[in-house]
Amino acid sequence: TMAFRHKNTRRIEGLDSNVWVEFTKVAADPSIVNLGQGLPDISPPSYVKEELAKVAAVDRLNQYTRGFGHPSLVKALSQVYERVCGRKIDPLTDILVTVGAYGSLFSTIQALIEEGDEVIIIEPFYDCYEPMVKMAGAKPVFIPLRNKNDGNSASSADWVLDPAELANKFNSKTKAIILNTPHNPIGKVFTREELQVIADLCIKHDTLCISDEVYEWLVYKGNKHIKIATLPGMWERTITIGSAGKTYSVTGWKLGWSIGPQNLIKHLQVVHQNTLYTCPTPLQEALAQAFGIDYKRMDDPDCYFYSLSRELESKRDRMAQLLQEAGLKPVIPDGGYFMIVDVSTLNVDLSDVDEKQPYDYKFVKWMITSKKLSAIPLSAFCGPETKREFEKYIRFCFIKKDSTLDAAEVILKNWNKQTA
Amino acid sequence: MLRRVGPSLRHFLLERKNSAGYSSYSGEAKMSRPVQARRLEGIDKNIWVEFVKLAATYSTVNLGQGFPDFPPPDFLKEAFVRALSGENHMLHQYTRAFVIIIEPFFDCYEPMVKMAGGMPVFVPLRPKAPKDGKLMSSADWQLDPAELASKFSERTKAIVLNSPNNPLGKVFSRGELEVIADLCVKHDVLCISDEVYEWLVYDGKEHIRIASLQGMWDRTVIIGSAGKTFSATGWKVGWTVGPNRLLQHLCTVHQNSVYHCATVAQEAVAQGFQRELKLYGKPESYFVQLPKELQQKRDWLIQSLDAVGMKPIIPEGTYFLVADISEFKSDVPDVPDSDEPYDSRFAKWMVKNKGLAAIPLSAFYCGAHKNNYNHFIRFCFAKEEATLKAANDILQKWKREKTNP
Repeated sequence: TMAFRHKNTRRIEGLDSNVWVEFTKVAADPSIVNLGQGLPDISPPSYVKEELAKVAAVDRLNQYTRGFGHPSLVKALSQVYERVCGRKIDPLTDILVTVGAYGSLFSTIQALIEEGDEVIIIEPFYDCYEPMVKMAGAKPVFIPLRNKNDGNSASSADWVLDPAELANKFNSKTKAIILNTPHNPIGKVFTREELQVIADLCIKHDTLCISDEVYEWLVYKGNKHIKIATLPGMWERTITIGSAGKTYSVTGWKLGWSIGPQNLIKHLQVVHQNTLYTCPTPLQEALAQAFGIDYKRMDDPDCYFYSLSRELESKRDRMAQLLQEAGLKPVIPDGGYFMIVDVSTLNVDLSDVDEKQPYDYKFVKWMITSKKLSAIPLSAFCGPETKREFEKYIRFCFIKKDSTLDAAEVILKNWNKQTA
Repeated sequence: MLRRVGPSLRHFLLERKNSAGYSSYSGEAKMSRPVQARRLEGIDKNIWVEFVKLAATYSTVNLGQGFPDFPPPDFLKEAFVRALSGENHMLHQYTRAFVIIIEPFFDCYEPMVKMAGGMPVFVPLRPKAPKDGKLMSSADWQLDPAELASKFSERTKAIVLNSPNNPLGKVFSRGELEVIADLCVKHDVLCISDEVYEWLVYDGKEHIRIASLQGMWDRTVIIGSAGKTFSATGWKVGWTVGPNRLLQHLCTVHQNSVYHCATVAQEAVAQGFQRELKLYGKPESYFVQLPKELQQKRDWLIQSLDAVGMKPIIPEGTYFLVADISEFKSDVPDVPDSDEPYDSRFAKWMVKNKGLAAIPLSAFYCGAHKNNYNHFIRFCFAKEEATLKAANDILQKWKREKTNP
């Protein structure tokens, strides 16, 4: 008999480590106040849960549905997004329902990114973009958001791209740029002018845009979420990705969607039919019902799309205040439910920690063990070149119930007392 | 002994110029290249997209796509409701190389292998003539051991095994599995064992897991499905079981593709399994009740088909059976130069004209072999009594029309 020769394929070489696997384990201890992973601990709206309970009792809804998306769900999505985009969206050809927004990112990248292509990724970035691009045999090309106020950042709006630097990243091999707005982790909501700069380059270089807009409804006062696909010349080259988990605070439902022109979506559908094929039926039906309810009240402030962001805005403000009272300078996000903060001002000396990890990784692990508070290190969201710049930041998630934020408050208030 | 390293077939293909004469890596304007990735080449067609639409449009009785039209068991639905209504609202949060494929095969194996840049190598189950006057059994479809052995080479990475087999319903015997296992061990080949129908075996037959054979645990990934186990195909919960040194790589793919599965569905399936664990082997076990119920439905459908002259092959397992429609050929004349296999034209004609949906067997063969067994269609019998009776009515009426036109 031959010796066992089977190891992993080249396509996943080096993609096995994962910040979530690492930090979720560490923060799993229930005595730790977990502001790390983006996991709402608030309750989803009751009608969403009720719809699912109703649906589970309907026999045929426990069996397979249409592979590319349950008919009532794609119909509901087309209604909502037609209104938002101001254009006709065909539910059967312009939409694909996937297992989470992750599934949409995966289907898009597998469908449209070729081996040897380049894909521009804006740093910091949601961590899965890089391994997904690599798994397709393509090369990630990074460009950082930079703090234009050089150290005195009060707002996510201070973090900007340098247009000349961005233009230099585009070349004939650039297949796509991945855009994330509202942005995780900084919370930046790209302005129309900023989107126009990106759009102009996409059109000039005939590049696709993969627009991750999972936090589209979570924008705070004074800000507006703009879909890059609505800019002239962009609909035909953009895939826009959304998420039920973020829209309805049900991350465990794992339903997402891609919306775009038929001639692009059809390729995502081919990947989908050859991977997962179809998504769970009862969850899709319940989501369709929930969308039906909120679609009817899109002119009403009680619509969940708006009420959730109002609820989160006050949590954002509370989180910011707690961090400021602890002597920190958080970057106030214009959108999303994350907040980053520069912890270098605390001068916590971790040079004796004998690990080759960046400072923020060491800081978070120290904070978990000694302060019982968890967050996520920002260098997890960077390419190799920029890890040094971002290793003084950590990311807090504030979509948490009041008692969680109360517990965080106690820790932060006592922070200085403990170290004194 | 180390595996010989040579240029993979995939890289060879990449170096070739495409049909337009452009080199794959030219810096030509992107407008002249297709927008989609090369890995999608040739895998865009899909039998289900086509036939599910047809059934939805025309059929009154759908014995085509494989899903039960009876509900999941009450205990499972209750588990789902319990999982939903519990105080824990956190349940709504965060869960080229060659591959041998045995024909007929569940259709997705081929495009999935191709999408990974692998090369499918097909080996057919061949039917032996049944004893005079008897109906054929799925056991009569067998691999030729010498033919199978000839398909193994140094470049063979894996074999995909599906037992109980969709579409035939074949349950591979211990002897048959040993032949496959011996070759896997001899050639250091992995076994991808699709056992989604593992609980659906009839006539007292035993489902044997190839991973339990000598030398096989370390090289086998076993695949299971809640949809088939608990008659809840719409929940889309499945699993892989195997040694960590193989599973760890599946985890890497998983964390970089979908990452989690729906939490509440997993919780409900877990509760379903807890119940079954307590009742294992007992008559009230769903794993005992379901095959008992399905065997009866199998026998009804066999009787219906036999009575009208369609020749069913008796399946040893799964909830599918395949029937020979040769005697009905007069209804659907042969078209000599047609691209489409005969059984596919027949199945389409049948759903449009008789309202009865089934799937052509050629859907389960590779392109080159689609005409090898083109007078069979597959029926799914995981259906309510009323559905099977309605199918019988259609068949009886059809037969009467043939004898008295």
